[in-house]
Amino acid sequence: MAEEESDQRGGARVSAVHLKLGALAGVVKAALLSSYEMASEGTVLQGSRLMIEELPVVAHCPKCLAPRTLDSPQWFICPVCKSPVSEIVQGRELQVFALELQE
Amino acid sequence: MILQTRLVEVRQNVLKQNDLVARELRQRFHSAGVCVVSLVSSPGSGKTAFLESTLTLMRPNYRVAALVGDLATDNDAARLARSKAPVRQITTGTLCHLEAAMVRDALEGWDLDQLDFLFIENVGNLVCPASYDVGEDLRVVLLSVTEGEDKPLKYPTIFNTADLAVLTKMDLAAAVEFDLAAADSNIQRVRPGMPVLRVSSKNGAGMDEWLRFLASARQTPLVAASTGFVEAGRTT
Repeated sequence: MAEEESDQRGGARVSAVHLKLGALAGVVKAALLSSYEMASEGTVLQGSRLMIEELPVVAHCPKCLAPRTLDSPQWFICPVCKSPVSEIVQGRELQVFALELQE
Repeated sequence: MILQTRLVEVRQNVLKQNDLVARELRQRFHSAGVCVVSLVSSPGSGKTAFLESTLTLMRPNYRVAALVGDLATDNDAARLARSKAPVRQITTGTLCHLEAAMVRDALEGWDLDQLDFLFIENVGNLVCPASYDVGEDLRVVLLSVTEGEDKPLKYPTIFNTADLAVLTKMDLAAAVEFDLAAADSNIQRVRPGMPVLRVSSKNGAGMDEWLRFLASARQTPLVAASTGFVEAGRTT
């Protein structure tokens, strides 16, 4: 992904990768950070920074008819009206959101 | 030359490749009319015994087959083969979960049109399998009574991506003083409204209800969208 972008921009150096990480992605931030340097060695990402934005779970509350940020990924209830919520609108992300290129 | 830093939005899912293959698989399954059910759980929760019993009970009435993922051995495939249903092993090596491409490759040569149900037994693991769509219609999470009632709270992601929870080894529930009410409540906390079945593969208790559940799932496909697994946050 990063290589493609870099190639498209005449081999621009990728200085940072911005990642969105949902609380339900099943991946731990610390593990990603600790493996990033090793995994990026010898690639276009070598020496770049990994910037992780952690996202809480947001679900649509059927009673409030509004998106609500859950207090915990272990309890799917609306923090306002305490109704059970199941329609997740945010929280599963494991997404490369943006790349910082030096050109 | 002065270097300028530019932020380029890419918005690509890290697991995009898997999602694409899973989508292709789901289309193939639907056009072949096969109902695909995946089983996920921790190691030792009774997936293989449950599946062996399921295959044996279903064979008189349905055309069934199974894929089974395992890190290193083909023990599970050998056990499932006793049901006389077609079974294929996917050996994942050091990988702790199945990916859509592995399922696709394992299906090579099978005529899906000739199947009513395909079961996919994932590698025993409550973490990574949650993130990988394998094209299933229905994801079933197993929780054995010997594991303790709080597993759903420890692994909310996998319970949240499932369509059905099955409590296994119910014949041992009294011996281990399993708190059914607490287990139910913990499941509902992380996945409100999820149906929960209680079975014993050993004495057959609850298997009727499970077979009825499968029959109705085949009639009215859930298309996995009910979980939000396909849609929520994974579309880009």
